[in-house]
Amino acid sequence: MKALWIIAKRELSGFFTSPVAYVFLVIFLLIAGFLTFTAGAFFERGEASLAAFFGWHPWLYLVLVPAVGMRLWSEERRAGTIELLLTLPVTPWQAILGKFLASWLFLALALALTFPVVLTVNLLGEPDNGAILAGYFGSFLLAGAYLAVTCMTSAMTRNQVVAFILAVVVCLFLILAGFNPVTDLLVRWASPAAVDTIAAFSVVTHFDGFQRGVIDTRDLLFFVSVMGFALFTTGVILRGHRAG
Amino acid sequence: MIRIDNLVKSFGAKRAVDGVSFTVERGEVVGFLGPNGSGKSTTMRMVTGFYPPTSGRITVGGHDVAEAPLQAKRLIGYLPESAAAYPDMTVEGFLRFAAQMRGLEGDAQKKAIARVVELCFLDSVLHQTIDTLSKGYRHRTCLAQALIHDPQVLVLDEPTDGLDPNQKHEVRNLIRELGRSKAVIFSTHILEEVDAACTRAIIIDRGRIVAQGTPQELRALSALAGAVTLRAEGATEQALASLGRVERVGGAWRVFPPAGAAAPLVPAVLELAARSGWRIEALRTEEGQLDEVFRRITLPDTVKK
Repeated sequence: MKALWIIAKRELSGFFTSPVAYVFLVIFLLIAGFLTFTAGAFFERGEASLAAFFGWHPWLYLVLVPAVGMRLWSEERRAGTIELLLTLPVTPWQAILGKFLASWLFLALALALTFPVVLTVNLLGEPDNGAILAGYFGSFLLAGAYLAVTCMTSAMTRNQVVAFILAVVVCLFLILAGFNPVTDLLVRWASPAAVDTIAAFSVVTHFDGFQRGVIDTRDLLFFVSVMGFALFTTGVILRGHRAG
Repeated sequence: MIRIDNLVKSFGAKRAVDGVSFTVERGEVVGFLGPNGSGKSTTMRMVTGFYPPTSGRITVGGHDVAEAPLQAKRLIGYLPESAAAYPDMTVEGFLRFAAQMRGLEGDAQKKAIARVVELCFLDSVLHQTIDTLSKGYRHRTCLAQALIHDPQVLVLDEPTDGLDPNQKHEVRNLIRELGRSKAVIFSTHILEEVDAACTRAIIIDRGRIVAQGTPQELRALSALAGAVTLRAEGATEQALASLGRVERVGGAWRVFPPAGAAAPLVPAVLELAARSGWRIEALRTEEGQLDEVFRRITLPDTVKK
């Protein structure tokens, strides 16, 4: 357990010793702000909620989360440090979880830095702060799910760019499966039950509840199982490389 | 300390390591020799638990590497072939990370870091990030990491690779010194290192052990071993030919003992010289050369490929 935190600490401090962290935080906040206030028509909506803010998160994370996670394992493999890491007295699971948690915490920090938007909406009206909190929680889980997928694609290759693109594609599928324009298209030739099943794999479907302030066990379970599955697969892939 | 039984590792159809068995005890420094791609690194990666073996068994300090990997890994200090280290960390930060991972804290951690910094001469680069270091310093940083917990077993994959001659000399001395109290195995393809640091050498080729023994024993396998090189006024080929095969080497003659001869050749040469009235200028018994042994044992396979 201790080894896990030491690895997480090293990984997290790695973000801040390079410009990666600062560049990412600035870009993240800029884009989040642009999407919320300009593209999301925050003021024109005339309602005291953060729907304009959270609604964009599946798309915002689509590019930014793979950018954070793409180096997690591909860089270890390229630089050969994976050999060092896995011959230290740790289990592969401690290493996988440690690195994952460090990046997730970093994303949580980025998310926390969006607090001015909460202050703004509270200044202008009387929003349901419980729903906002649930929205943040859902957004955090969403970021975790994308990150776990990126962990997995990052373990597949030594090349960060390949890891990034694969992660974006998988995450895009996770969005599109439940994205209204896509489901509308599917309904034309697939049975409603089939469309619902496909949509059930979508992060959009499961993120919706959180935005409305509802924390449904099924939604919670969905995100946790996506993370569990992706991280487990990461372990299998890493073991596969070594087993030859 | 290290016991390896019938170790096999396949990558697809290729057998990188094919039935290797040996042991390394405390107080031994075993040199692991072989051409590139012979399975040295693969074997070491299995000993350190990085690669799971296809079959066979490895125990380190009595712990099975496959069944109790954490206990085994705690005993091992490992310098990987690439001497990899996290490029964006400082030397000090990296060593602290290694120390923490080995469970060293507080005063013990400070002492351990100070000790390896001194051993590996890292004082001047302590606060530099690793990606700004020269290859020699990066290598020594990684070596320091392997020594930080004063391990009982050291596995060093090409520890002198990329070092300048002075650094090579220091590292060899360090290895010999460490070998007094630890079980050390290191790989190299520099044969002089075997003489400089090893108590025993194992030559591996295409995944199999092809020869092993002390450096002296290995040298005795050389065709040259036991030959006498003589420079003397008046010496003739015909006279020397009565003792064995003769070869002209520069201004001297080299006599090879006949196959299977047990007695040393020198007394016979001296007697012949005295009888014929030659004036001896130089006389030397050849010990044999490791590189010749190495080439003879491993070359046929390399050529076949």
